[in-house]
Amino acid sequence: MNLIVDILRAAIPAGTPLLLGTLGEIYVERSGILNLGVEGIMIMGAVTAFGVTTLTSNVWLGIFASTITGGMMALIHAFDCVTLKANQTLSGLALTMLGSGLSGLIGKRYIGMPLSSKLQNVPLKGLVNIPVIGPVLFDQDPLVYISYILAFLFWFFLFNTRFGITLRSVGESPEVADSAGINIPAIQYFAVFLGGIMSGLGGAYLSVAYAPVWIEGMTAGTGWIVLAITIFSLWRPERAILGSYLFGGVRVLQYRLQPLGISPNILNMMPFVFTILVLMIASREISKKRIGAPASLGVSYQREKTL
Amino acid sequence: MGKVIQMKGIVKSFGNIIANNRVDFDLREGEIHGLLGENGAGKTTLMNILYGLYSPDAGEIYIDGNRVDIKSPSDAINFGISMVHQNFKLIQSHTVVENVALGLKGTGFFFPARTVERRIREFSQKYGFKIDPHTPVWQLSAGEKQRVEIVKAFCRNAKVFILDEPTSMLTPAETGELFKLLRLLRVEGKSIILITHKLDEVLEVCDRITVLRGGKKIKTVDINEVNKKDLASMMFDQEISFLGRENRMRKVDKDIILEIKNISVLSDKNLLAVKDVSFNIHRGEIFGIAGVAGNGQKELVEAITGLRRTVNGNIYILGRDVTNVGPREILDKGVAHVPEERIRMGVVPSMSLEENFILRSYNKEPFSDGLFLRYDVISNHAKELISRYKISALDEKSPAITLSGGNIQKLILARELTISPVLIVASHPTQGLDMKSIQQIHELLLKQKEDGCAVLLISEDIQELLSLSDRIAVMFDGRISGIRNTDETTIEEIGMLMVGGGDRV
Amino acid sequence: MSKNIWVSFSVIVPGVLAIYLISGVRPDIIFKSIIVSAFGSIYGITETLTKSIPLMLCGIGLSAAFKSSIWNIGAEGQLLMGAVGATWIALYVIPNAPRLILLTVMFLSGAIFGALWAFVPAILKIKFNLNEIIISLMMNYIAIEFVNYLVYGPWRSPFEWGFPYSTKFPLNAQIPRFLDTRIHYPTLLLALFLAVFVHILLKRSKLGYEIKVIGENMEAAKYAGLNISRIIVVILLLSGGLAGLAGVGEVAGIHHRLRVASGISPGYGYTAIIVAWLGKLNPLLIIPVSLLFGGLLVGGDSIQVSLGLPGATINFINGLVLIFVMAQGFSNNRIFIKKGRNRV
Repeated sequence: MNLIVDILRAAIPAGTPLLLGTLGEIYVERSGILNLGVEGIMIMGAVTAFGVTTLTSNVWLGIFASTITGGMMALIHAFDCVTLKANQTLSGLALTMLGSGLSGLIGKRYIGMPLSSKLQNVPLKGLVNIPVIGPVLFDQDPLVYISYILAFLFWFFLFNTRFGITLRSVGESPEVADSAGINIPAIQYFAVFLGGIMSGLGGAYLSVAYAPVWIEGMTAGTGWIVLAITIFSLWRPERAILGSYLFGGVRVLQYRLQPLGISPNILNMMPFVFTILVLMIASREISKKRIGAPASLGVSYQREKTL
Repeated sequence: MGKVIQMKGIVKSFGNIIANNRVDFDLREGEIHGLLGENGAGKTTLMNILYGLYSPDAGEIYIDGNRVDIKSPSDAINFGISMVHQNFKLIQSHTVVENVALGLKGTGFFFPARTVERRIREFSQKYGFKIDPHTPVWQLSAGEKQRVEIVKAFCRNAKVFILDEPTSMLTPAETGELFKLLRLLRVEGKSIILITHKLDEVLEVCDRITVLRGGKKIKTVDINEVNKKDLASMMFDQEISFLGRENRMRKVDKDIILEIKNISVLSDKNLLAVKDVSFNIHRGEIFGIAGVAGNGQKELVEAITGLRRTVNGNIYILGRDVTNVGPREILDKGVAHVPEERIRMGVVPSMSLEENFILRSYNKEPFSDGLFLRYDVISNHAKELISRYKISALDEKSPAITLSGGNIQKLILARELTISPVLIVASHPTQGLDMKSIQQIHELLLKQKEDGCAVLLISEDIQELLSLSDRIAVMFDGRISGIRNTDETTIEEIGMLMVGGGDRV
Repeated sequence: MSKNIWVSFSVIVPGVLAIYLISGVRPDIIFKSIIVSAFGSIYGITETLTKSIPLMLCGIGLSAAFKSSIWNIGAEGQLLMGAVGATWIALYVIPNAPRLILLTVMFLSGAIFGALWAFVPAILKIKFNLNEIIISLMMNYIAIEFVNYLVYGPWRSPFEWGFPYSTKFPLNAQIPRFLDTRIHYPTLLLALFLAVFVHILLKRSKLGYEIKVIGENMEAAKYAGLNISRIIVVILLLSGGLAGLAGVGEVAGIHHRLRVASGISPGYGYTAIIVAWLGKLNPLLIIPVSLLFGGLLVGGDSIQVSLGLPGATINFINGLVLIFVMAQGFSNNRIFIKKGRNRV
């Protein structure tokens, strides 16, 4: 029992960067844009948070800065896809390369440096005493609590507000949204920007809370797993929670199994193999329930210019 | 009555095609105004300009006497103009409420569905029809979808409703209900523009009619001043004559080319779209299939051409069982296919004409020697077809997308006819084409018929079916609701069968 | 077009400025250092040529895949698995075979290993409708860990003073080099031959026609009766196989042993994506573009040593180039028909 609580409790911080990134990417994809640059944005978020925290000794300033960086990076993607109507896949890959390069360049001086102020756990009085749920959910750091709130808000706004309807409509059918007088570029820019903020935040979590160090390439595929969870979640924030913590659990198992003498390299494969398996399951579900990706995901919208 | 809208000297061209040539148009308060013209006359372009989807090259628009600039649909909506497009602008996976709420002002940021739901209920009570606000749109019939569109316009406080070919997807009964609704709206002082090419409709429901032809305005007339014949003569260029039912031979062979036996086919949504359908087509026969879109015609065609599996029943071509064998084998049996969506499916728009001409035969002699393609042969082949079928194109190397719709259709037909087919499956072959292209395509099909080819012609245009087909089958709800000899039936009877009245075969 | 010039400036200027601000090294010195080290000496040129070989092989394969709108992002993993395939033959299957036979079998094995690695996204795309981008990427990470597992685990040589290396290849398993350079010329010749071969394949063959139809209009491909699943598999096998060959060249031509993944490839498989696009998906054009990027990699090593910049700098430059390429509209000329639906 204690072991399970232990694993679950560790799975939440391990899944938090994934959750933050996935919530953002769900909005991005709901607007019809595919951002394959999550990995690059996350790593930039991680290095920014670490750097600014080191510079100011204020972890919250670091976290805030990472959202700005993430948003700015994402705006490059928005500019490519929405304004230039360039190839979305290529733009996302470019962003990933850009992020991995730039973060290496920036982060060189932080390698091996301890973080001056890390995010501490803040047990929530009262709530933490609830058996099982308490220690698992409410003995975490503040960014985890913020991620709970964000997950709720992302779900709420997507399905219960005018903005949510607009966003989903743009991703399903920009033609329809256009003829309803929606400013499509504005919605898409906003969604991509917001996605960038969330990815930046996810990256920040890695470098100031989860493993408060800077290591070059420390996201190690987290951004790509975010893309997979986005599919697994069927583009619904509430399912993103499930998906993220599931992967968090795999991460935790990965460390728990190490003492058993299994090669760390084999254990490192686990999340990626698991991703493929999970996607296979999700694909079955998608074809069964006849739901799918936003219908115009990845297709640049242009008003018809000819007859 | 005041003039709600005035459009003066509107000009709009696309490339070197002039879609609107100094068109004047005005709309009075509380009238139903028919905008009449054949396909390609410029009706939809004119209304898309009014709705802000296109910006005119020249001309002025006045609303309530004030000069305005309509730059986008959202401007138009603010001016009280709403448009119901021919292809409904609805999001299939969203519910009725969500569709109505999209872009709707004054709903409150949070929980917009609540307000919208109330408005929908108000509307449906007032005008006496039912609509469930929480049904996903893809589950609705065409008539219901149209009502959603009208509710959308209504909720936006539209005072001008533009309806583009509103009856093209409707059954006669649904059309009747639509007209009833339009009259009710007129009573309330709303103004309605009805874009159509159907004479009977404008005569039935409109107060005034503006006729467009070839991008120019011919005349605006009061309904009391004209009859059907006048309108027809305004609409059509006198030089083009219709192919009448009378002026051709009806000689049908006994040989059965295609035999469909009790087939059932699933749709993309895994619902039964074709239910136990059987019929035969003979050598030299044009067999028409009428029906409102979405009654299983598409799935039937795909099953026959090998693009969709059947769940039951058999298909025979010249006596051979070809059930579920795949498109290439069907082609090898001599079945040509003119697909419904010509640009999306029939051609590869970015590839050259010569490459498009071999789309179905690139793997065969003489175009391929097994591993490589013989581009000299391919190029000559293209040149020959271009001249034989009088396709207007720059040359055989230019991409297919540079062609007009009519020429793309000729390209597809030319390609499909090179196999000397025993059967042509033609899905809506003339939809959206200009009069001249339509005529050419009709002639091509009739020529094939005379040469002994069987033709399966799917169309929504009853006139077209009546003038070409030897027999007409009507599809309704996945079944064939009746098969009639063309000489022994009427538009009215086919119309009845389209809504499910009639015998089952 | 003026738009493109503007975009190029908006990418390049802040990019270069960023490098300057962060590293404190003047951009002109960086670029001079890159150019001089890559093209300024005989040694530099031979190194550039050496590094262009894997880029060429991967780039050629990717061009075929991208032409058919199949987004194989997995060349990196396919290359690594090619290296594994070659090592296996050289050390464990026929280590004593004569050189010609041994090398031929190694190349074949590498191609097969690479192709099999690409077969995974292919089959998942066909059977589960899974997006090949994500799957091929996941396969990269798995391949990296697999190679590292081998050199830290079962294939680790006891004779390498604790380094994570496999045993050194027998002499017959080493690809001959040109004089005292590192140019393993048989691989280079193979790459040049394959460039011409794939070029003809794409331009003139039946498969090339099918690739184009699938890439431009999937609906038309179905209508025309193309066996789409078969073609997807063939294309991915082809592009994986070519990447596998690149892996063989690296272990048998350069390192003569299997090492950790990052030692075998500094991201050739990713750089090749840019090479393929900058080469306009034309295998012949990919040859000079590979040389250019080979030079960039040599320069990247050099600025690490001489200017103390991190190796990642070159990734940054690559990213800038890719955005630059995109802004030039190399890739967006097909918007109209592109139905590039990225379902799952």
